[in-house]
Amino acid sequence: MAQHRLEFGQYVILALVAICAPLGDSCLARGMSQLPPISLEHPLLLVGAVFHPWIAAGILMLIAFFACYLTALSWADLTYVLPTTAFGYVLIALLGRFWLHEEISLYRWAGILLITLGVGFVAQGPSLTEKLDAEGQR
Amino acid sequence: MIVPAALPVGMSPWAAAGMIGTVAITSTIGEVMTAAAMKSIGDLDEIRAVSGLKGAIRAVLTCPLFFGGVSFLALAFFALLFALNHLNLSLAAPASASLTLVTNAIAAKLFLKENVDRRRWTAAVLVCVGVYLLAH
Repeated sequence: MAQHRLEFGQYVILALVAICAPLGDSCLARGMSQLPPISLEHPLLLVGAVFHPWIAAGILMLIAFFACYLTALSWADLTYVLPTTAFGYVLIALLGRFWLHEEISLYRWAGILLITLGVGFVAQGPSLTEKLDAEGQR
Repeated sequence: MIVPAALPVGMSPWAAAGMIGTVAITSTIGEVMTAAAMKSIGDLDEIRAVSGLKGAIRAVLTCPLFFGGVSFLALAFFALLFALNHLNLSLAAPASASLTLVTNAIAAKLFLKENVDRRRWTAAVLVCVGVYLLAH
């Protein structure tokens, strides 16, 4: 595997991927929790839910996430981009705890830290698999 | 395995696992197709430097594989909305995303021919244990 290293601007893109995704998810969760339970018998209610203000805000955040995510995928492996942006799990746990007032046990905090450890592991490695052509040249 | 302690009252562990599994499967298919599309297009930063933002957007929107990926990601999005309607945010979002990370590592090695080395597999195992702990 070639030693591809990222530039500062590319780390900023990865940080935006990590931040926008949990913020978007949190907005969606807040919006969905304000709606009555939706059953599989009425799937169109899910489509109508996108006009709820919190859900619309969540969708805007996820559009920003997606633009950054596509950019990142154009210069890094999928198996690099996904783990390195996982520090968002920490952010989402904090949002769940302090914004949505959900209970987070010590076990769940440990799980989040372990995931983040795995992320750090991947982030130390090269970002892109170098593909060889028919003559074995990069 | 999702344990009841992390679930809302009355929620079956199997129903929760089904919701999270559906998000993970549709998301993995979508992300692998999208990654393949972006690799076929090339570095977006370089395209933007040469052709501007419109050129970069045009390069993405004229790639058929991209729309296949987006379709599955849209399915994953509505599956996540459904899961968030029934499960806690701090369970549904990290569990489905973490499970997706592991299935993505397998799919990326099989279909994208990425070099998923020991470092990346170790990260996948750490994430698996992390997901188990998240469910407690």
